[in-house]
Amino acid sequence: MDGEFRDIQTNEQKIRNFNINFGPQHPAAHGVLRLVLELDGELVERCDPHIGLLHRGTEKLMESRTYLQNLPYFDRLDYVGTMNQEHAWCLAIEKLTGTEIPRRASLIRVLYCEIGRILNHLLNVTTQALDVGALTPPLWGFEQREQLMMFYERASGARLHAAYFRPGGVHQDLTPELLDDIEAWCDKFPEFMQDLGDLVTENRIFKQRNVDIGVVTEEDIQTYGFSGVMVRGSGFAWDLRRSQPYECYDEFDFKIPVGKNGDCYDRYLCRMAEMTESVKIMRQAIDKLRREPGDVLARGKLTPPRRAEMKTSMEALIHHFKLYTEGFHVPEGEVYASVEAPKGEFGVYLVADGTNKPYRAKLRAPGFLHLQAMDHILKGHQLADVSAVLGSLDIVFGEVDR
Amino acid sequence: MEDLAAHIEMKRPDAVLSHSIALDELTVTIPSSEVAAFTEFLKTDQTCRFSSLVDITAVDYPGREARFEVVYHFLSMYQNHRIRVKTAVREDEMLASITEIHASADWFEREVFDMFGIIFTGHPDLRRILTDYGFRGHPLRKDFPTTGYVEVRYDESQKRVVYEPVQLVQEYRQFDFLSPWEGAKYVLPGDEKGEEAK
Repeated sequence: MDGEFRDIQTNEQKIRNFNINFGPQHPAAHGVLRLVLELDGELVERCDPHIGLLHRGTEKLMESRTYLQNLPYFDRLDYVGTMNQEHAWCLAIEKLTGTEIPRRASLIRVLYCEIGRILNHLLNVTTQALDVGALTPPLWGFEQREQLMMFYERASGARLHAAYFRPGGVHQDLTPELLDDIEAWCDKFPEFMQDLGDLVTENRIFKQRNVDIGVVTEEDIQTYGFSGVMVRGSGFAWDLRRSQPYECYDEFDFKIPVGKNGDCYDRYLCRMAEMTESVKIMRQAIDKLRREPGDVLARGKLTPPRRAEMKTSMEALIHHFKLYTEGFHVPEGEVYASVEAPKGEFGVYLVADGTNKPYRAKLRAPGFLHLQAMDHILKGHQLADVSAVLGSLDIVFGEVDR
Repeated sequence: MEDLAAHIEMKRPDAVLSHSIALDELTVTIPSSEVAAFTEFLKTDQTCRFSSLVDITAVDYPGREARFEVVYHFLSMYQNHRIRVKTAVREDEMLASITEIHASADWFEREVFDMFGIIFTGHPDLRRILTDYGFRGHPLRKDFPTTGYVEVRYDESQKRVVYEPVQLVQEYRQFDFLSPWEGAKYVLPGDEKGEEAK
């Protein structure tokens, strides 16, 4: 097709590689990704991802806003598991200011981080199946996601962009009814997982498309700086919740599922197993929350005063006004705070200069590094495997492009 | 952590300018000429084993002589510790690329180049990464306005997207809420006359 007529006697044609554009508008690209693929027949020779189509300059914007105003930007990074990102921002601020958050807030954060993890994995696992040709799993998965987003809404008032975790705790306390409903959901969810597993795990086509595709070795993990499921899928038990515990994860009982071969299929299995573990953590968190009532915000400079207090105390009213206009000041210093977001290690490098705005904030997104390795992982794969690999890398462009 | 810092200082006394431990994080400052060699050392030394690069970024301090501070974060999954390496770079200075040592540095260095205009020598493909094709300027420098210089819109008559200089319908609102008792100078129009009269 692409050959050029060369020699009149031997009738030989010169073959040259074929370049195609995958995206920016491609349903399997999970957003706005442009891949420039160089193909030798059906085989991928080179893959050059062009990112930045969703670049909104978050880091620049953050430099001209107060710490609290910056919080909602974190929802808009990885818009699938939103609260996990807010968590990193809150941890960074709390570390710099030396704020201890109340125990109940800590438990609520764990509970909602795990809901976020399930939200993310449900989307990823089911759309990965969609990328390789199955239509039913997303329809099933989104029904469960809808219910989880209801829990988001009942806690924070928003289904997606929650802005629920605040420096110093969480915004509102959970009602006992909400805890009951989440627990009821936890009872039903394993049944759904069983159904989904029956549908996908042993599916012939799904296995043909994913087993031994996109294999990641331990050396790749180190040189390409992978994190999260990309690491665990290759049999390397690395999870920040366990290895560098933050919040109160060290008191929860959960396993870290690892894969064996490091291919797309193992990563899928890891995500499925992680959802089951997340439900386990959620149950424990609910149990603890029932037994430990208390405040959910560390009352002080970082957080607003109680509503009732504001009705009677002038100081509280002034504090409230100052907090939401000037914002709080963070002492000079620098800090790197990271959390085990569903996609991997999400980190915030924060440089504070003692004013009410960050001097510089760098967001370290796991997807950025994973996408970077596309060229390495895809080399020698078929064109059809591109979408399978892309699906299992778990890319969301909000966080890659920032 | 103190041990690790002492170990690094002992092994590479010429490279380490200073080190500090704040908020459970180890920060090492090195001269910009040492970046590649020091990274190599951190990766291969058995006590350090910083096998995985977490992040490269830069911070702009327009007031300093060496304007940029390039910050590297490394992680060792084997030893389970982290380190931050900082180096000061002048605006006209180039920095050695560490893509040979950590393949993951590729995009990070492209991003730093894109956002700050720091050039990495030995980088295989130093293109812009996040900004638009044909973008000019380096957005994360402190002297780059948040609104940018150009805006795009679809032009119906030309049937394509056109670039135009940015036109703000109102002044860009930079709220400075830094304490009104300390930060702002309340100069009312006409006040300067009073000063002159004295």
